[in-house]
Amino acid sequence: MTREILLGDEAVALGAIHAGLSAGYSYPGTPASEIMEYMIRASNKEAGFKATWCVNEKVAYEEALGVSFAGKRTLVSMKHVGLNVAADPFMNSAITRINGGLVVVVADDPGMHSSQNEQDSRYYAHFAHVFCFEPSNHQEAYDMTRSAFDVSERFNIPVMVRMVTRLSHSRSRIETREIKKENPICYGQGQDWTLLPMNACRRFAHLVDAQPEFIGLSNESPFNLLDLKDYDKSLGIIASGIGYNYVMENYSNQENCPSLLKVSTYPLPEALIAKLVNHVETVLVVEEGYPLIEQTIKGLFGIPEKKLHGKLTGHLPRTGELSPDAVREALGIKPREHLRIDSSILASRPPQLCQGCPHGDTFNALNQTLEPYSQASVFSDIGCYTLGALPPYKAVDSCVCMGASVSMAKGGAEVGVFPSVAVIGDSTFAHSGITPLLDAVASNTNMTVVIVDNALVAMTGGQPTFATGEKLVQIIKGVGVPEEHIRVIVPLPKNLEKNIQVMKEEIEHNGLSVIISLRECIQKAKKKIKKGAK
Amino acid sequence: MKQDIILAGVGGQGILSIAFVIDNAALKDGLNFKQAEVHGMAQRGGAVQSHLRLSKSHIFSDLIPKGEAELIISVEPLESLRYVEYLNPDGCIVTSTNPFCNIPDYPPIEDVLVEIRSVKKAVLIDSEKLAKEAGSSRAQNMVILGAASKYLMVGEESLMEFIKVLFKSRGENIVNMNLRAFQLGKEAAS
Ligand SMILES: Cc1ncc(C[n+]2csc(CCOP(=O)(O)OP(=O)(O)O)c2C)c(N)n1
Ligand code: SF4
Repeated sequence: MTREILLGDEAVALGAIHAGLSAGYSYPGTPASEIMEYMIRASNKEAGFKATWCVNEKVAYEEALGVSFAGKRTLVSMKHVGLNVAADPFMNSAITRINGGLVVVVADDPGMHSSQNEQDSRYYAHFAHVFCFEPSNHQEAYDMTRSAFDVSERFNIPVMVRMVTRLSHSRSRIETREIKKENPICYGQGQDWTLLPMNACRRFAHLVDAQPEFIGLSNESPFNLLDLKDYDKSLGIIASGIGYNYVMENYSNQENCPSLLKVSTYPLPEALIAKLVNHVETVLVVEEGYPLIEQTIKGLFGIPEKKLHGKLTGHLPRTGELSPDAVREALGIKPREHLRIDSSILASRPPQLCQGCPHGDTFNALNQTLEPYSQASVFSDIGCYTLGALPPYKAVDSCVCMGASVSMAKGGAEVGVFPSVAVIGDSTFAHSGITPLLDAVASNTNMTVVIVDNALVAMTGGQPTFATGEKLVQIIKGVGVPEEHIRVIVPLPKNLEKNIQVMKEEIEHNGLSVIISLRECIQKAKKKIKKGAK
Repeated sequence: MKQDIILAGVGGQGILSIAFVIDNAALKDGLNFKQAEVHGMAQRGGAVQSHLRLSKSHIFSDLIPKGEAELIISVEPLESLRYVEYLNPDGCIVTSTNPFCNIPDYPPIEDVLVEIRSVKKAVLIDSEKLAKEAGSSRAQNMVILGAASKYLMVGEESLMEFIKVLFKSRGENIVNMNLRAFQLGKEAAS
C-alpha cells in the first residue's frame, strides 16, 4: 500500500491500471483529459498496457470494444458530450456479451466550466441499462474504478464511472492496493457479439432480465451507506456523489447529521431508499447534475404523506453546480458570516486568445474580408478559436458541437446564406469535420471552410492531433476538394493583406473552397523553445 | 486544526505552482488536504482560482464554503477581491499590488488598492519589484507565497523543500532564484 497525491481523474486512471488494464483509449475533453494523460505517462514508465489518444470518442469506444472482445480489460474515457458521439457503440455494446472488463469513464461538467452544456451521464447509464458508479472522493474514484471492472466481467456489461469537474480536477491523497495481472487473451463468441436481430433480441432480453440483479448489487454495495437516526425522524437526506460531501461539510460531525443515505451506484438501491423514506417525514435529495434520483422517487404522483425536497421543488438550484452553501440553505442552516466588499469594482475577466495566437490573425483577416458583405455568417466550431466570439473579434455566429461548423455552413448555404463560412480547428476537423466536408464536396456547395491548423489540440491542453500540415492537405484533396480551391495561408500580421486577398477570392468562387490557416500554437512554440534551451 | 485558503490570479501566473508547494508541504507535515483547481477554458488569460483546504481531520467538500476561508493568496490585486465572500470576517488577504491589465475596463488601480486595504488584515506586496530583484519577474508567485508563509499552517522548511522539488528540472539557478523570491516576499511581509 502506498500513498499518492492525485487528481480525481488520475485516481481513476491508477485504479484502472491496478485492476489489470490492458489498454486505455480516449479523446481529449475537459474535465476528462487528465485520465488519459496520466495513463500515457504511466505506460511510458512501466510498459505493459497501451494508452492512446484516438481521433474521436466513438473510435475510442470501439477500440476498447475490440480489447474486451479479446478478453482483456479496457478503459475508455471522455467528457460528457463525448458520450453523445460514442452513444452508438455505447448503447449497442450493452447488448453484446462484454468479455474482458470494459469501463467507460464519463466526466460531467455541471456549471459548464468548459463545455457547451451540462448533461448528466447517469441518464445514459440508465438508458443503456448498465451499472454505474458515482464516486464522491479520490479514494472512491480509485476503488470504484477497480470494482467497475469486476462488475463488468461478472455481468458481461460495460460499466460506467461518472465523474464531475470538481472531483476530476481536485487533488488529494489516496491509498493504493495490490496490482492485478492482465487477463489472458480469450476470444468472445460470435453469437454474443453479432447484433443481428436473432442475437440482439436474445441479448437484450437477457440484459432486461438482469436488472433485478443489478438493483440487488446496489442494495448490497459497501459504497452505499445508510445511517438512520432514531432520535429524529423529521428529515432524511439522500445524497449522491459529491453532493454527499456538501451535506457532510455542513455538519460538524457525523453525530449531528440527520438520517442519511449515501448513493454511489445505479440502478438505485431501492431497498435502502425505501428504508430511509419510511423512516422520515421529509426527504431532501442532494445530487450533482439533473434531478435523476429525485424524479425517480417522485414518479408522477410523489410519495403519499411525505415531503420530497430537491431541485424540482426549488430547494436546490435546478441548473449549475452545487456548492456547500447552496446545500446549507436547503438543509435550513443559517449561512456563515463572511466578508463583503463593494463588488462593482470587480470587472470580469473572461478567458481570451493568448497574445500572438495564430487564431487572432485569422480572425483579423476574416473580419476584414467579410466587411463588405452584410449578410455573411461564420459558423464556428469548438476549440480555442471559439473565443473569437468575444470582443475584440466578435467574429463568429455559432458554436454547437464538434464538426457542426462545416455541416451548418452547408445547410445555411443551401438556403441562401452568402458568404457561408465555417471555421474549424485541425483536431475538430479530424474528429467530425471530414464527413460533412464529403457531403459538401458531393454538392459542390457554395461555401468556404477555414481550417485553423495550429498543429495540436490547444483548448484541452495541447494533446497531439491527427491531421495537420501536409497530411491535412492530402486528406482534403482525398475527400475531393478541387486542388485549385485548397489554399494554405500563414496567419501573421505581416501577411494580412495577402490573406485577405486569398479569402476574398475563395469566397467569390461559386463553389466549395477550403483555406488552411497554418501556424503553430504559441504555447506549443514556447514549450519547444524551453525544451531546446535546456 | 484546519485552514482554508483561496489562491487567485490570472491564467498563466502560476497559482498552481503555489498550490503544488503547499500541497506537498502539507502532506509532509502530516496534514490532509484537498485542492480544487481550474483547467481548460478558464485558463486562457481569464480569472483563475484554486480552493485549497488543509486539515488534521477528514475533509469532505472540495470547495470551501463562503465565510470559511482564512486566507486569500493572490498574484494579482483585482483578483484578490473577486473571492472576498469566501473569507471569514477576520480573514486575511495577501496580494500583489501589480495589476495584470488584459481587459479594457480594468478599474483604476488606486481604487482597487483602497478596496483591498478596507479589509482588516491585508498584506500588499510589490511582487514585481521583488521578483526582479530575485532574478526574474516570473518568480512573482514565489514572492507572494513567501509573503503568505507566516500565515500558513505548514512549516517554512517544508515549503522551501518543495520549491526546490518544483524547479529542480530547470537547474540550480532557477531553483535559487525562486528561493530568493520566497525569502524576499517573506521579509517584505514581516
Ligand atoms: C464531443 C466533444 N469532444 C471533446 C470536446 C472538447 N473539446 C473542445 S475543443 C476541442 C478540440 C480543439 O482542438 P482544435 O479544433 O484543433 O482547436 P484548438 O483548440 O487547437 O484551436 C476539444 C477536444 C467537445 N467539446 N466535444
Ligand atoms: S493556446 Fe494556442 S491556440 Fe489557444 S489561444 Fe493560446 S496560442 Fe491560441
